[in-house]
Formats: sequence, structure tokens, C-alpha cells
Amino acid sequence: MSRLTVAKTYKLYIGGKFSRTESGRSIAIEDVKGNISAHICHGSRKDFREAVESATKAFDSWSDITGYLRGQILYRMAEMLEGRREEFASAIQTTQNSTAASANKEVDASVDCLVRFAGWTDKLQQVLGCANLVAGNYYNFTVPQPQGVVAVIAPKIPSLLGLITLIGAPLCAGNTIVALGSDTNPIPTAIFGEVCQTSDVPAGVINLLTGSQSELLEHVASHRQVAGIYSAALRKKDRIVVEQGAADSMKRVRFSSLENDDWYDGSIAASPWNIEPFVEMKTIWHPSAC
Amino acid sequence: MTITTQPETVGGWDYSPAPDNTKITIEQKNKLFIGGKFVSPKSRSWFATINPATEEKLADIACAGRADIDAAVRSAKSAQPKWSRLSGTERAKYLYRIARRIQERAREFAILETMDGGKPIKESRDVDIPLVAQHFFYYAGWADKLAYAFPGSEPSPVGVCAQIIPWNFPLLMAAWKIAPALACGNTSVLKPAETTSLTALRLAEVFQEVGLPDGVANIVTGAGDTGRFLAEHKLVNKVAFTGSTEVGKLLMRETAGTGKKLTLELGGKSANIIFADAAIDQAVEGIISGIYFNQGHVCCAGSRLFVEESILEEVIHKLTQRLGSLRVGDPLDKNTDLGAINSLSQLETVERYITSGIQEGAQLHRANEQRLPSKGYWCNPCFFTDVQPSHTIAREEIFGPVLSVMTFRTPEEAIARANNSPYGLAAGVWTDKGSKIFEVAKQLDAGIIWCNTYNKFDAASPFGGFKESGFGREGGMQGLRPYVRLGGV
Repeated sequence: MSRLTVAKTYKLYIGGKFSRTESGRSIAIEDVKGNISAHICHGSRKDFREAVESATKAFDSWSDITGYLRGQILYRMAEMLEGRREEFASAIQTTQNSTAASANKEVDASVDCLVRFAGWTDKLQQVLGCANLVAGNYYNFTVPQPQGVVAVIAPKIPSLLGLITLIGAPLCAGNTIVALGSDTNPIPTAIFGEVCQTSDVPAGVINLLTGSQSELLEHVASHRQVAGIYSAALRKKDRIVVEQGAADSMKRVRFSSLENDDWYDGSIAASPWNIEPFVEMKTIWHPSAC
Repeated sequence: MTITTQPETVGGWDYSPAPDNTKITIEQKNKLFIGGKFVSPKSRSWFATINPATEEKLADIACAGRADIDAAVRSAKSAQPKWSRLSGTERAKYLYRIARRIQERAREFAILETMDGGKPIKESRDVDIPLVAQHFFYYAGWADKLAYAFPGSEPSPVGVCAQIIPWNFPLLMAAWKIAPALACGNTSVLKPAETTSLTALRLAEVFQEVGLPDGVANIVTGAGDTGRFLAEHKLVNKVAFTGSTEVGKLLMRETAGTGKKLTLELGGKSANIIFADAAIDQAVEGIISGIYFNQGHVCCAGSRLFVEESILEEVIHKLTQRLGSLRVGDPLDKNTDLGAINSLSQLETVERYITSGIQEGAQLHRANEQRLPSKGYWCNPCFFTDVQPSHTIAREEIFGPVLSVMTFRTPEEAIARANNSPYGLAAGVWTDKGSKIFEVAKQLDAGIIWCNTYNKFDAASPFGGFKESGFGREGGMQGLRPYVRLGGV
């Protein structure tokens, strides 16, 4: 008799804990053959608010630790993801119509993406900031600082690489993250929390929700504690919802233009110009005199 | 209760009037500048611009309607491909020429700025106009060096820029907008504020003088509707706005889903923090220039003063003395410290805030009122003590010479209270302790931190806010970013 496998219960990842949605709702996920392969949490507005609260609490320490330490934590995430390469490749293949080779390619690119962002943490300031020679006796310099909580709205595909690319940019700069995973391919998002939890990512720094993005979009856009929104492949009507909702608290909104092969080109995906939208430039003046 | 301060005179002698001359020519009918020519508005509509210090009409200004805006945007659109294909060095040479012509005509620009806007001549002469020239000179040099500003990416122009500016630094804001836009290969349609159009139109004369290709920079005048027509125009690729947070939010909603790039430089309620270990006399000078510069019509004005409790009495004493020595009056007088309030409606706004401060229980300290001229819009500079964080004057942007004084006990409290605002434009920190200054500067949520100084501006120094003070930077290398597209972003 064949052994009955023990299936994983997929949960949300909020404040460093795996929890079911408070709404008690779930969504059945069909695999590529049309069979129900899993039930994932259908996250609610309240889940989102709780995630934002966790991310807000985590912001002060995450933005204040050294770039060196933040870089090591991101690198650790890459190490952990590499170690679970097969599980993620199989999660990708569940719903994304891809070959084993292409699923492996996506996981590899995701690992490399984390490595690239890990390296930016203590260099970003040197590339984006500068000292300014003003016409007067002042010392004047401009430095980037993180904004706060950034909401990530991941593309449907590539479900893992898209999520990690959009999380990595604001994260490496010291922002904390609430991410809505791919609607159609949520399993990689649901298990990515396990990578975060085993990588010394402090609780609340990364929060992961699954469910229906369109249901939460307006709420994400108008939540006053969210400082920035990063998304890719949103439809025009959704972009309007996001930008209109963002106006009241003047969120920094960026719709990534990455598509298809771009995601796999680390020099584009992990360009500092994809991090720059999620930092604020602070310019500091001081007189110089004896 | 109101405490008034007697004006201080030097050795008992008062200053004699020292007015600058006003013998500059002002066209009676000021047309729109579209496609390199001054043209009458198709709207056939005109409005008057006045001198706020005398309430006398200076000239009529064209009020651009939809058809005029369409013509201006189309002219910018058709000029853009050729302008962006020019080599960076050639574009730079036009901008250098503009800077040089502004330096040559500086005196005329300064006088006109003061007559039309009400700011003291010593500010328009020594701050505004020199910075305008510097801004064109600075960005001229970037035109052929853009690739170095964006390592790893290839910058390309955005296209047609709709640029809408306020009345507090009329020509300077025009320079902040036009110089980087043109340097990056974009073309511009600029709308000055309706009360201060004259210097922008004179800048258009400079464009003609230096042979700037037709349509590269267009100036359209009018009020809010004109600005809205411009921002809404389908051929506009980028909207850059400086003004109120309210209008900024409106623009953000209106441009939603259009793909237009947007930068906003909006309001502020900036904190000036003075620690007990600061050089107090210097700090008081900084507080004075922080709030009373340009009659307080400054988005980054240090309008919330946080004083460490132990030195409150000393600071108030020195502030009161200094307030009494400020000279309010004829903006064209070289000794004037505070000129006229820009418009009657702004004067009413400021007075409404002063009344609310008194009604909510704060104590008003104000210099003696008798010096004010009988005509014109005037507001004696003042400050409030006994201000609570919940008071309207401690929360809302007043945009006038009104300071709210509050106290704190620890650096943590000062930082928390300074950051307790939806705005995040600027902040000041006064202390002689180096490590404290860097820690406080790091923790303040503001785009510009002035340490042991305040209200300093430079073309090489980025300016712009956090949070609801807007996004994008103007000035410096970072000021190029709003005017380029980068691949893969």
C-alpha cells in the first residue's frame, strides 16, 4: 500500500509568525492539470493591516542596523533559498506551466537576485548619494534614507522571481515589506516565509500575504502607514486605483516596467535605479569655519 | 494677551529711506510666449497684476485658455525631438548663455521681482536673482554629462514638461524647473503664478536674446484653470508642480493612470530645534532668517521652533529684541527686512491664523505696528509662545511671518515632536556637539537638514521633501532624475 503523504498547510507570514487568515477564508488552487493541488489563505484587509503594523514596528531597527549586517541577512536568505531549490522549483511548477528546467532557472535567478541586493546594502549610499560643492563655506552632502513600509504587489509570473525582485529592492535599502504574492501562483509566496524565518530576518521586516490582490488593492493604496508601493504588470484600471488611493498620504508609487526576460537579467532587475524610488534623499548642510 | 515690542533704533537714530529706483519699463499688455514669439491670447482674456506694496496696477497679463495651452504644448512637442538630438554640449551652451544674460540684467530682474511680488530688494538682489543665474549655469554643465549621473543606465529625455510654479520665489522657481528640464533634452511649458508673472515673461525675452530654438521653452500665464489645462493636456509627458499640498494631491489623482511622470514640491511645517548647548546668538539669527525670510512665504520656513526648556527664557528674550529691530516696509528700500505680503488673500489667510492662535490660547508677541505704510498688504512679524502641539498654528502651514515656539526636554522628545507632522520638507538643528547633530539629522524625517544654519540654497544642493511635502528633488545631481527616463526601471 502506498504511503499517504503529509501535505503542508499554507499560511500567511505576518510579524515573523505563520498564521491563518483571521477571515477563515481559503482559496483552492488548481494545478496545471486542473486538479486541486492546495488550499491557500485568502488574506483579508485585517490581515493586511496587521502586517502593516508589524512592518511599522520592525522599521526602526531594520533601517538602523548597519548595511553590513543587513547585507549578511539578505545573503543568508540566498543561502537558505539555494538549499531549498527543489521545493521551490516544484512549487513553481505546480501552477506555472513550466518545465523543470525553467522552474530551476527561476529559482536560480531568485537566489542570484538576493545575492545582488545583499551587496547593495552598504554601497547604495555611495552610488546614489554625494557630497555637493556649494558656493559658500558649507559642508553639504546628500544621502539616501529608507521610507518606511513598502507594499509589494507581485506579478502573476514569474511568481517567485517577481516577488523576490520587488521585495529585494526596497528591503536592501532598509524599508520593511508587506507583500501580496501572485494571485494565480501563490505557493512560492506561501513558502517563502520559511526562508525569511530561517535567515535571521527580524520579525515583521518581511510580511507575506496570499489571496486576491484586486480585493486588497484599494486598501493597500489608501493605508496611511504605507510609505511606498512597488508593483509590476498591473492592469491600467488597477494602476488608476493605486495612484488615486496613494494621493492622500502621498505614497511613492512605482510600476516596474520589468517583463519577460528582464526578470532574469540581474543587471536590470537589481539596478540601483530600481532601489532609488524607495529611498528619500536627505541633504544636510553645516557651516565650515574655525 | 499680546506683547508688543518697541522698535529698536541704532544709537537713537533711525535709517533714512534708501529706495532703489523703479525706472524700468513694463509692457502694459504682457502676452504669452509660445513658439519663440509673444502672442496675444486666443482666449482674449487678460488680468491685472499689481504691486502688493502700493496696490497699484503694474500691467495686464494674458490669461491663457485651453486653445492657448494647446498651442504652447504643441510647440513644445514639435521642438522636442530636435532639441534632444542636439549634442549635450550645444544644449549646454544655450543654458550658459541664459545664465550670462541673467547676470547682465540682474538689477532689472531684481527690481521687477520686488515690484511684482513684494519681497525686499536685498533678497531679490542678493538671493533670488544670483541663484537663478547659478541654476542655469549649474545645469548647463550637466547637459553633456548625464551618463555620469546615472551609472549603469542610459538616460533619455521624458518629453514635454508642464511646469507650474508658485509666487514666493517667482523667477527662482522658473529656473529650478526650466534649467534641468532643458539640460536633459526636454522642452517646457511653464506657468507662473498669477500674481507674479512679470519676471518669467522677461526671462522669455532672454530666451529670445540668446536665440534659444523656438518652442523649447514656452511661458503661459493665468490662474488655476490655466494650470489645470496644462497638466491635463494629452501631449504632456511630465508634470512638475511647486505649490500647496492640496493641489499636489489633486494633481496626483488627476494624473493617475496617465503614465505622466510627476514631481511635487509642496508645503511644510518645518521644525527648528535649538539645544541648550547651541551658540544661542547664532541660533537666534537662524531662527529669524528661518521664519521671517521673504515674509515667511517660504515652503521650508522654520515655522515650528523647539527650544530646550532650560534656555527658553534667554531665547525668548533675544528673539523679542531681534524682532523689534526688523524693518517692515517699502520692499524697494535697501534696508527693508520684511516687504509686503504677496496678495490680499494671503494677508487674510495669515491674519486668520494669527487670530486662531490667540483664540486657541497661545500668547502673541509682536513688534510695534506703527511703522506700516497705509497702502499695501502688510503683516508685522510675530511669534507665539504657550503653543500646544494641537494648536492650528502648530500644525498647519501659515506661509507668513508667524512662528510657533514650543519646548522640549530630551533629544528624543525633540525628534518625536519634530517628526509629528504629515509634512517633511526641512528642519534645523542647533547644537555645538557634533555627534548629537549627526544623530538628530539622521533621525529627522525631512529632505533638507540645516545644521547650525537655516534657509541656505544652492544650485548644487538638492531640495525637496519627505512624506506629504512631495517627492522628487530640485537642484544638484539628484535634480536631474525627474527629467530623464532610465532603461529597465
